[in-house]
Amino acid sequence: MELLAFGDTGWGDELFYATLMTIAVSITAMMIGFLFALIFTPLKLSQNKFLNFIANSYTTIIRGVPELLVIYLFFFGGTGAVMFVASIFGYNEYIEINAFITGAFAIGIISGAYSTEVFRGAIQSIDKGQFEAANVLGLNKFGKFFKIILPQTLRLAIPNLSNVWQITLKDTSLISVTGLVEIMRQSYIAAGSTRDPLFFYSFAAVLYLLLTFVSMKLINRLEVKYSRGY
Amino acid sequence: MDLELMISSFPKLINAAVITLKLLSVSLIIGLFIGLFFAILRLNKNIFINKFAYGYSYVFRGTPLLVQIFIIYFGLGQIEYLRSTVLWVILKEPYWCAIIAFALNTGAYTSEILRSAFQTIKRGILEAGKSLGISNKVIFYKIQIPIAIRQSLPAYGNEIILMMKGTSLASTVTLMDLTGVAKYIISTTFKPIEVFIVAGGIYLFMTFMIHNVIKFLEKKYSFN
Repeated sequence: MELLAFGDTGWGDELFYATLMTIAVSITAMMIGFLFALIFTPLKLSQNKFLNFIANSYTTIIRGVPELLVIYLFFFGGTGAVMFVASIFGYNEYIEINAFITGAFAIGIISGAYSTEVFRGAIQSIDKGQFEAANVLGLNKFGKFFKIILPQTLRLAIPNLSNVWQITLKDTSLISVTGLVEIMRQSYIAAGSTRDPLFFYSFAAVLYLLLTFVSMKLINRLEVKYSRGY
Repeated sequence: MDLELMISSFPKLINAAVITLKLLSVSLIIGLFIGLFFAILRLNKNIFINKFAYGYSYVFRGTPLLVQIFIIYFGLGQIEYLRSTVLWVILKEPYWCAIIAFALNTGAYTSEILRSAFQTIKRGILEAGKSLGISNKVIFYKIQIPIAIRQSLPAYGNEIILMMKGTSLASTVTLMDLTGVAKYIISTTFKPIEVFIVAGGIYLFMTFMIHNVIKFLEKKYSFN
């Protein structure tokens, strides 16, 4: 138990901050994922074949390639890409991108591909009559989307988005390869310096279980809230 | 774009893809048995057996695969007792540690898939079997299992693809699978995009093949 003490003697406080870091990266990644979904879901549903093709390539490639490979691409390629853009503006010094941003972006792109599929499925399963009724009521495009379609989409999407959240949360453990100190990285450091990997990795597993358990409870509440009236 | 690098790294990555496929197939086969075993436990009426099977799938689905690999590869070696048993022959090899972790992980997901397949079998089919005087054992092996396999094919296909992506984590315990070799080439040449295109292309090709095989099987075993 003294291994988990707070302060200089134990790893309790380090692991606590690492857990907060995991939560922060997961939420940031999920938000970036929503942004991607916001861009690619309309492209997927559009009548234009070219736009369709772009959105389909995005979801197919990301969902068919291992997360770790995507993270390596961003980890090794991110700096180069940013420096290339900076060099266009005449800045030639070495730029190092923060591990948090690289990690959240890489996981965000992955999570975005899954979210896109969820939103596409949800919108497609909304009854056609709802769209027609909105038209008949004379709502404009924004009113139609925000007042009629979005609330119903959310209700249908939340159970599946909760799966995406679980995947995203677990994927953040892979960012540890880039050196960002989240649960996995902190356990690795602690295991290395105390020579007690069994304890620290098992404790990491418990922390992840706790995170998934608590978030499931919270999402269930949200689900109840959005299915009022059904 | 460094086309030369893409061409020269292609054979190395293909060789590495063979290791990925080996890891995948061995862990899927072991995982299928684990999954079937736990799915049957889940259907058991005894609450302790039932909870035990549920706990297994909950823990393995609720924690990242990376943690599971690290516990097995780094953690188990710490137990002195294990080092003196025959098991150590297996557990000191990163290859087998990775396979054990993958098999246990996919076993947890497979057990959920099979459980829901068993539960959706229509009662009438089982009753028909009983009224024909077929024994419970034969009903289980000849009626329930084939129907459950057919029901679970689409979900299991997804699981195979997820597991194929999961095998990339073998590279974190020194195995040179497709991702491991890709990372090695990237870190020696600093050409991430080129290597990503080739390695990602190979992964996509494998995903595509798995997808088509499952689709073919679905068609072949469809009820109509």
